[in-house]
Amino acid sequence: MSGARNTRIFDLSTSTLRELNSTLQQEGAEGAWEIHNPAGRHSLAVGLTQPVSITIDGHAGYYAAGMNQRANVVINGNAGQGVAENMMSGSVHVKGNASSSAGATAHGGLLVIDGDAGARCGISMKGVDIVVRGSVGHMSAFMGQSGNLVVCGDAGEALGDSLYETRIFVRGTVKSLGADCEEKDMTSEDRQILTDLLAKGGITDIKADEFRRYGSARKLYHFRVDNASAY
Amino acid sequence: MTENHHDVTKTFPRYSATFDEFAISQIQRAAATGIYDIRGGGTKRKLPHFDDLLFLGASMSRYPLEGYRERCGTDVVLGTRFAKKPIHLKTPVTIAGMSFGALSAQAKEALGRGASAVGTSTTTGDGGMTPEERGHSSTLVYQYLPSRYGMNPDDLRKADAIEIVVGQGAKPGGGGMLLGQKISARVAKMRDLPEGIDQRSACRHPDWTGPDDLEIKIEEIREITNWEKPIYVKVGASRPYYDISLAVKSGADVVVLDGMQGGTAATQEVFIEHVGLPILAAIRPAVQALQDLGMHRKVQLIVSGGIRTGADVAKALALGADAVAIGTAALIALGDQSPDLAAEYAKLGAKPGTYDDWQDGRDPAGITTQDPELAKRLDPILGGRRIANYLSVMTMEAQTIARACGKSHLHNLEPEDLVALNMEAAAMTQLPLAGTNWYPGKAGF
Repeated sequence: MSGARNTRIFDLSTSTLRELNSTLQQEGAEGAWEIHNPAGRHSLAVGLTQPVSITIDGHAGYYAAGMNQRANVVINGNAGQGVAENMMSGSVHVKGNASSSAGATAHGGLLVIDGDAGARCGISMKGVDIVVRGSVGHMSAFMGQSGNLVVCGDAGEALGDSLYETRIFVRGTVKSLGADCEEKDMTSEDRQILTDLLAKGGITDIKADEFRRYGSARKLYHFRVDNASAY
Repeated sequence: MTENHHDVTKTFPRYSATFDEFAISQIQRAAATGIYDIRGGGTKRKLPHFDDLLFLGASMSRYPLEGYRERCGTDVVLGTRFAKKPIHLKTPVTIAGMSFGALSAQAKEALGRGASAVGTSTTTGDGGMTPEERGHSSTLVYQYLPSRYGMNPDDLRKADAIEIVVGQGAKPGGGGMLLGQKISARVAKMRDLPEGIDQRSACRHPDWTGPDDLEIKIEEIREITNWEKPIYVKVGASRPYYDISLAVKSGADVVVLDGMQGGTAATQEVFIEHVGLPILAAIRPAVQALQDLGMHRKVQLIVSGGIRTGADVAKALALGADAVAIGTAALIALGDQSPDLAAEYAKLGAKPGTYDDWQDGRDPAGITTQDPELAKRLDPILGGRRIANYLSVMTMEAQTIARACGKSHLHNLEPEDLVALNMEAAAMTQLPLAGTNWYPGKAGF
């Protein structure tokens, strides 16, 4: 496969992961890159600090684009566990499905998953925006601290368990809510945030009015014995 | 014999050993509040410890080294397995991870100053890296914790080593709870959480679930930091043989083993006192695991949890550790629990030496607080000097013992230099009972 004009190609069938990451992590790294033959390798395009554009042409293993800063990464395939974990800024777009813990602890940036995401999507998220066109598994947004999780499909059990200030928007069904997570009214601010995120995620056929909004009941912000059964 | 039952001689009043004064107060407190007791510090009850071991100084069959004349090395290199830039320390006594949040910025700075002055490392904690800490620590270990509070790749790259915390001696299997009183605006911002709320730290890492995942996680961190920095894996002492084996399997450069006498910012009293192993019981199986894998001295072992003196340091090294870490002792060295503050401790309902002020943020010593007025009481330069003094004393004490055992380096201390004072310690350490060549589980003469 040849890259687009001015796009450089990194072929993992002939080069090593170390060579790939050290090249992309260089201070002057710039422009567009295609990574060929990823073959599900772990730790692809991690620790990027420059505003480069990366296309991973195939499936990625664990922690693809981990701790990303400023780079825009597209995965033309499925992503393994912990895609975009602890991302600080930039964007990651998974064209297929993502495994568990997608966007875990991420502080910023945008994670878009066209397919489904597994369990614990957005676990301990700290400011990232996550848009999932499909469904998410159980314990998603567990201990979510801030940022927004948009789920166009369904959510599994214990959604938003022990939630802090993350906003959760779900279009489909929610199997169950976790401790201290409750449905909230959709305010105009919520609707605007959701509309913007759908647009950023390239989702034009679904409207914000189709979603319900969930957030923290804030009953567990201070430990009280009367709430012990919620833990 | 008296006829009047009022004159019957009574037995002397006696407290129950089971329902002693403290147990009664626990029950009364629980009934009154409905909340389990959360406190800082480490375990308070007596446990098997290094005091249950003795060194066999040289006499006829061993030849000692001359104190103040003959050299006894103290340096240690950590991270020789994979890291491009292993850490070289002048003393094997390091400062354990303690968070900004649990400690004031002044306290973190003082620890950095003191550790740097004697050529050793200090460690961040649950809450991220502060500029004060990085700026004053010549060698700084960055903790990578389940909460990932304040975790960012810039700080990861600023660190000299990275310690992946899987467990903590005071609460293996447990998460943390930093009470809302200590969540200042700065602490809240660093942790991406609202100000003033109780902050729960997760007990497990959010994006890996076992040693196979950890191996991949370590690869990711190495890829982000150019394979330069040693990767430590810290476990709370509970199943040391298996935990250390799996940490090595996962690719650790250094393993950190924290015994149950280790401190914490705050957790449940019952957790502190009833979960985990004393460090004395944990070192031998940990060393055995490294030896069985052929990795002893290749993957370095740091032990912590109740280290107080150079004798403790020397005993830990003789049992097979490469270095030790101190936490509670460092805070005391800084000035916490000082008798000079007795009147102020009394206002808190505490006494110097009871350590009960650490979780509520009103530490009159200015160390375990986020109150700016209290924190000002700690002079980081003076505190740094006290830490440096203390670390130097511990190092010299360990050297004194090593020389008496005829050793020209602390790492030449060995189990053969030790005996156990009682059966429990002999069984736990596989050292002979003092005056014999026998220990439990071994055949006799």
